Amino acid sequence: MWDYSEKVQEYFFNPKNAGVLAEANAVGEVGAISCGDALKLMMKVDPVTNVILEAKFQTFGCGSAIASSSALTELVIGKTIEEALKLTNQDIADFLGGLPPEKMHCSVMGYEALQAAVANFRGETWTDDHEEGALICKCFGVDEGMVERAVRMNNLTTIEQVTAYTKAGGGCLTCFDALEGVLAKVNAEMVAEGVLDPAKAYKLGSVDPLALKKKPTPKAAAPAPVVSLGEIAPVRTSHPAPAGVSPLDPATPTPALTNLQKIRLIEQAIEELRPNLRADNGDCELVDVDGSTVYVRLSGACVGCQMASVTVSGIQQRLAAKIGSPIRVVPVGKN
Amino acid sequence: MRPVYLDNNATTRVDPQVVEAMLPFFTEQFGNPSSIHSFGSSVGGAVKAARKQVQALLGAEFDHEIIFTSGGTESNNMAILSALEAMPGRDVIITTKVEHPAVLSVCEYLEKTGRAKVHYIGVDSFGRLDLEAYRAALSDRVALVTLMWANNETGTIFPVEPLAELAKEVGALFHTDAVQAVGKVPITLKGSAIDMLSLSGHKLHAPKGIGALYVKRGVRFKPQMRGGHQERGRRAGTENAPGIVALGKAAELAMAAMADEQTRVKALRDRLEAGIMQRVPNCFVNGDKYDRLPNTCNVAFEFVEGEAILLHLTRAGIAASSGSACTSGSLEPSHVLRAMNIPFTAAHGSIRFSFSRESIDEDVDRVIEVLPGILEKLRTLSPFWAGANEAPKEFKPVYA
Repeated sequence: MWDYSEKVQEYFFNPKNAGVLAEANAVGEVGAISCGDALKLMMKVDPVTNVILEAKFQTFGCGSAIASSSALTELVIGKTIEEALKLTNQDIADFLGGLPPEKMHCSVMGYEALQAAVANFRGETWTDDHEEGALICKCFGVDEGMVERAVRMNNLTTIEQVTAYTKAGGGCLTCFDALEGVLAKVNAEMVAEGVLDPAKAYKLGSVDPLALKKKPTPKAAAPAPVVSLGEIAPVRTSHPAPAGVSPLDPATPTPALTNLQKIRLIEQAIEELRPNLRADNGDCELVDVDGSTVYVRLSGACVGCQMASVTVSGIQQRLAAKIGSPIRVVPVGKN
Repeated sequence: MRPVYLDNNATTRVDPQVVEAMLPFFTEQFGNPSSIHSFGSSVGGAVKAARKQVQALLGAEFDHEIIFTSGGTESNNMAILSALEAMPGRDVIITTKVEHPAVLSVCEYLEKTGRAKVHYIGVDSFGRLDLEAYRAALSDRVALVTLMWANNETGTIFPVEPLAELAKEVGALFHTDAVQAVGKVPITLKGSAIDMLSLSGHKLHAPKGIGALYVKRGVRFKPQMRGGHQERGRRAGTENAPGIVALGKAAELAMAAMADEQTRVKALRDRLEAGIMQRVPNCFVNGDKYDRLPNTCNVAFEFVEGEAILLHLTRAGIAASSGSACTSGSLEPSHVLRAMNIPFTAAHGSIRFSFSRESIDEDVDRVIEVLPGILEKLRTLSPFWAGANEAPKEFKPVYA
C-alpha cells in the first residue's frame, strides 16, 4: 500500500467539508471515470467581496484524491477568489504533508477543480482535456489522446518536444516507453499520410531515457520560472540531435536578423503556440526583446501552474527554432 | 483481534509443516545435491522425493516432467520462449487478453521485437473465452497456445483440457499458466493434451522463490537458462533445495486439503458473496459464477474507488485487494475487468477477496459486518452517487 502521511490518512478517514453545498455559486467538476478519479468542488462565494464563504466537495477516487479534495476546501475557505487562484497543486500536497509521486495528480485534480469552479463563478467555460485513451503520464495525468493531438498539431518528433507541449514525461519518466511508442506511432502515420518527412520521424530507441532524466523535475523547478540557457541546450554526446529540430546545433548557420525581423518571428512563434496554451486555459504575450533575451507574460491558467517552467522552456525551444539562435525566455509578472 | 487475511491469490502464509520440512536444508543438510559425497546425496534424495510430491499433485505420468524454477513468472517465460524456439517455421502465439502479466508481457515483448505474431483472444462479460475467436486463430503457423487455467482476479476457469485438444489438432504446443489453479482444483495431466504447465509455490502455502514448470515427456524443450546439468540440463543452476523440499511438502498438503477447498472454503466464499449482495446495494460479482475457483470472490461496487475501500478495510484489520488502478500505481483499472467490458465506474471499485484453507467463519462475519458501512460512507462522498437524502441513482447492472 502507499506510504501516506498521517495528514493524508486523517483527511481521508475523516474528511472535512464533504458533501453537497446546495447554495453553491461556484461549482467545478473535473476528472474522469476512466482515470479513476473525479471531483466536484462546490463553493459559496460572496458576490461583493469575492470571499469564499463555504466550500464542500464530492470525490470519487482513492485515498489521496479524497484527502486532496478535503485539503483544497480547507485551503480556500476564507480566501478571496483572487487569493485562492494563487494556490498551486503543490500547496495542496504540502498541506497534506506531501503525497507519493504517483499520487501527485490528485493534487493537480484539486487545482483544476478550483480553476473550474472559479471559471463557473465568473461565467466562463473551462474544458477538461484528460478524457481520451489510456493514461500515459501518471505524474501529470496526460492521456494518449492528448499526446497524439499535440504530436499531430505541432509536428513533434522528439520526446523533449512532447514533454514541453503536454507535460507528459516531465516527472518520473517511467512512461518513457509508452510515450516513445505513441510518438513513433503517430509519426509513422504522418509519414504515411505524406505530412511528415520520413527522415524527421521519431525512431524507436533513438533516445536514451537516462539522458532525458537529468532534466529538473517539475517539483523542484516549480518556484523558479527563469530557465537558464544550460537547460535548453543539454550537451548531447550519447546520441545525435534529432533531425530538423536542432536550433542550438553549432553547425546551424545563424542568419543575422534585425530586431524587427526577430520580433516578427517571435510573435509568429507565439501565435503558433497559443492554441496549445489556450487548450490548457493559459496564454502568453510578448513584452520585450533585448538581444537574445525575450520577455513574455504568462496569463490565465499558466499563472501559478507548477508546469509554468516547462511551458517557458517549450516556448524558448520554439522561439529558438524559429530564430535559429539560442535565446533566453524570461517570464515577467503583471507589472 | 485476529487479522482477517483474504488476499490468498496474492500470496499465502507458508504452512508451519512446510517450514518444518524445509528448515533442515538450511542447516544440517546443506550439501549440493550434485555432490557425490554424503552431504550432497541426502539432499539429492530429498529433491527427488519433492519432485514426486509435485508430480502427484499434478497427476503427471513421470516425475522428470517436473522442472523446478524460481516461480510462476520464470516458468511462464521459460515455456513461451522455449516453445517459440522449439517450433521452427511457426511464429504465431495464441493467448488471451486476461492473462497474468507474466505471460502477457512476454508475448507483447516477442511481438514488439518481431519474433512472433500474437493473437489475444477476448472474453465475454463473465470472463469466458471467446471460443469462436480461438478456433479461428488456430492454424499450422501456431507455435504455442498459452492460456491460463484460472484467472487470478476473478477466479474464472478456462476449459484448458478441451482447448489443448484443439491446439493439438493443428500441431501447436499448449502451455497453461496454472499458478492460481494448482492446489485449488483437481488436475490430472497424464493423458491430457497439455504440454506445459506453470505453478508457483507461494500461492499454495510454500515460500516465495520456488515454482515449477511441467513439461510433458517428449515435448521439445529449449533451455533458457544455461550453465549446468541440473534439472536434466533444462534449467541450470544449483537446486534451491530448501525451496524444493518446501514445494514438495506444500503439494502433499494441498492434495490432502483439496476436499476442504472444494467444500468448506467454497462455502465460506459463497456466504461472503451472498452476505455482500444482500447488504450492499449496487454491486455485482465479476467473473463466471458457475465455473470459478472455489476460493475467489471479486465484487464490483459502483460509484466508489477500490483503494478507498481497501484503506478502510485495512483499518478494520481486513486484507483484500483491488482491481482498481490506484492501488497498483498504474492508474488504469485491471486489464482483466476491462477485457470483460466492466463499466469504468464499477471496474475501479472492484474488490477481490481470496480465501485459503486457513480461512474461517469469523473472517466472513467480520467483512460482512464492516463492509456495508464503508460503502455507505464512501458513496456519500461520491459525486456519482446521488445526494445522501435522495434515492440512489437508477442502476441496472448489466452483468448481474
